[in-house]
Amino acid sequence: MLQKLWGGSMPEITYRQAIHDAMVEEMRRDKRVFLIGEDIGTYGGAFGVSAGMLAEFGPDRVIETPISEEAIIGTAAGAAMVGMRPIAELMFMDFIFLAMEPLVNQAAKARYMFGGKATVPMVVRLPGGSGTGAAAQHSQSLETILMHIPGLKVVAPSTPYDAKGLLISSIRDQNPVCFVEHKLLYKIKGEVPEEEYLIPLGEADIKRVGRDITIVASGIMVHKSLDAAKIVEEDGISIEVVDPRTLSPLDVDTIAKSVKKTGRLLVVHEAVKTAGWAGEVMASVSETKAWDYLDAPMRRLTGKDVPIPYNRHLEAAAVPQVDDIVREVRAMVNNKY
Amino acid sequence: MEYRQFAEFDNETTTDLIAKSKKLGLSEKNLIEMYRTMISIRLFEEMADKLYALGKVHGTMHLSAGQEGVAVGAGFVMREDDYLLNHHRGHGHFIASGADINKMMAEFLGKETGYCRGRGGSMHIADVEANNLGANGIVGGGIQLAAGVGLAIKLMGTDQVVLAIFGDGAANQGILHESMNMASIWALPVIYLCENNGYGMSADIAKVSSKTPFKDRALAHNIPGYYIDGNDVLAVYETMKNAVEHCRARKGPVFIEAQTYRYFGHSKSDRNLYRTKEEIDAWKRHDPIDRFQNLLLEAKIIDDKDIEKIQEDVKQLIDNAVKFAEESPEPDVTEVMGWVYA
Repeated sequence: MLQKLWGGSMPEITYRQAIHDAMVEEMRRDKRVFLIGEDIGTYGGAFGVSAGMLAEFGPDRVIETPISEEAIIGTAAGAAMVGMRPIAELMFMDFIFLAMEPLVNQAAKARYMFGGKATVPMVVRLPGGSGTGAAAQHSQSLETILMHIPGLKVVAPSTPYDAKGLLISSIRDQNPVCFVEHKLLYKIKGEVPEEEYLIPLGEADIKRVGRDITIVASGIMVHKSLDAAKIVEEDGISIEVVDPRTLSPLDVDTIAKSVKKTGRLLVVHEAVKTAGWAGEVMASVSETKAWDYLDAPMRRLTGKDVPIPYNRHLEAAAVPQVDDIVREVRAMVNNKY
Repeated sequence: MEYRQFAEFDNETTTDLIAKSKKLGLSEKNLIEMYRTMISIRLFEEMADKLYALGKVHGTMHLSAGQEGVAVGAGFVMREDDYLLNHHRGHGHFIASGADINKMMAEFLGKETGYCRGRGGSMHIADVEANNLGANGIVGGGIQLAAGVGLAIKLMGTDQVVLAIFGDGAANQGILHESMNMASIWALPVIYLCENNGYGMSADIAKVSSKTPFKDRALAHNIPGYYIDGNDVLAVYETMKNAVEHCRARKGPVFIEAQTYRYFGHSKSDRNLYRTKEEIDAWKRHDPIDRFQNLLLEAKIIDDKDIEKIQEDVKQLIDNAVKFAEESPEPDVTEVMGWVYA
């Protein structure tokens, strides 16, 4: 909602550009910030996010690595522990499994394990999600696995505006932050102010105000939910879309408040269903007074419990689409689930 | 496991203490301090074992008695502003790098006054303010953090050095190769110190390793590597001193494999089923403290009376540390959620 306060004079830039700009501005501002990852220099990163940065900052601050994901994250964690503020790019979110040891056993735990005497200010940028035909090992949405780890923060922006403001906050945060970028969003455009702004971690944003049902969605599912909202508007159904933006810590208050108003909750995410974060949102809401306001069971619409398939039609069938959201919303509002 | 497990050592055995210490620039006072620190480690470990037997320790512990030559030889080379990343058997290295044994003992007993306010225990002792970035419960867990520290040093442009100490078990973790490759191509000031005590828990390291000594793996990454006698404290000191100079001159990483032996089991559950008493006794004939003590006696730097005095002084300090730890408060359980995030 905030971006609307700037009026219509803001330039439109892509989600990719917003992430790029956040990194560049922070690296200009703070010499401790550097980018480390595979093919991030001359190539500009697998998705072009760091294009041009090598030329501006040189190889000491745009550090190209061998294909050694565990070492990339371990390097970032070690450097962060002694005062640097690394941004590590993993080419695909799926590769985080190669680097879970330094992320989970080292970076996430150092502060607590050492009695509050260490800080590990690092960002891990993770391009995730399906839709590119890259199949099972390059298309996953693994946010929930990261949310499960105390000590990590998990951020998943859906718009260029959010991406820039949240990335700057993530870089300045004193903790390890996993920053999940949906690959299909890189090309979308949105208004982003030229002035510096920050979006605090842990604050949800209401992307659309509605009356009849709350959809909690993040990343690309925000856009699909907004598209669904336009369609069901014709039937007189008003959807409120809440984008948590930060998945850990999760802004349960904003979600619960919305549910109190609408009386219905649908959680939509691309990640697979079993033990996905939709369950966490529903459980959190059920622990609040919002439970008393529910007019229907809380429901979730998620990726199916399968690896992402290659074939275009199979791939689309594996994750929620706009039609699925429309169908689910109509069923919930009409008590036909 | 034999004393010379894999090959001849790259170092000369220290026989003439006077000549050697002169060459290394160590005064008699330095030598006595090294000896005292070795005694401190041995007695700390023996006290730890005793406290465990008395049921005063909640968790596990990994004792390093027998490995004091490596801890002291390495620790005495490092500058105060250098960084240390340690393995789980880390008491000795912390004592050798000047840690406060009161805070160590308090952490061991899980007290609020411990280095980690009782959140870490024996396996996670760290003193971040003193650039001691912790023991590590993951075998090889500190290796790449050290390379990250090395990168930070390079970016900051200081002449600091980071010491990554890990065991022979960690030498078979894949991260060591990723790390050595990176440190080599970027010429990071990292000293990889592989403290080879012959066993990864119960696994005879010679049986689970395709090629030894491990220094050969460093050579494959274009990193100078040395296989040395870890029970010869001055040999460790000398090799480490050269390594530190190499790193401070920004010539890149160095790999040192120090052969040693642990007398206690791997941890509290170890019943020594995988090795014999004869083997342990054979190693005790190469004990690093006895060897150094004999050299000091031969060189007439100390006498039996001095030894007795040092032992008594150290024992007193350790008893005081136990008293401090036992009298210290437990952490406040209402603070269990503190310090997950900064």
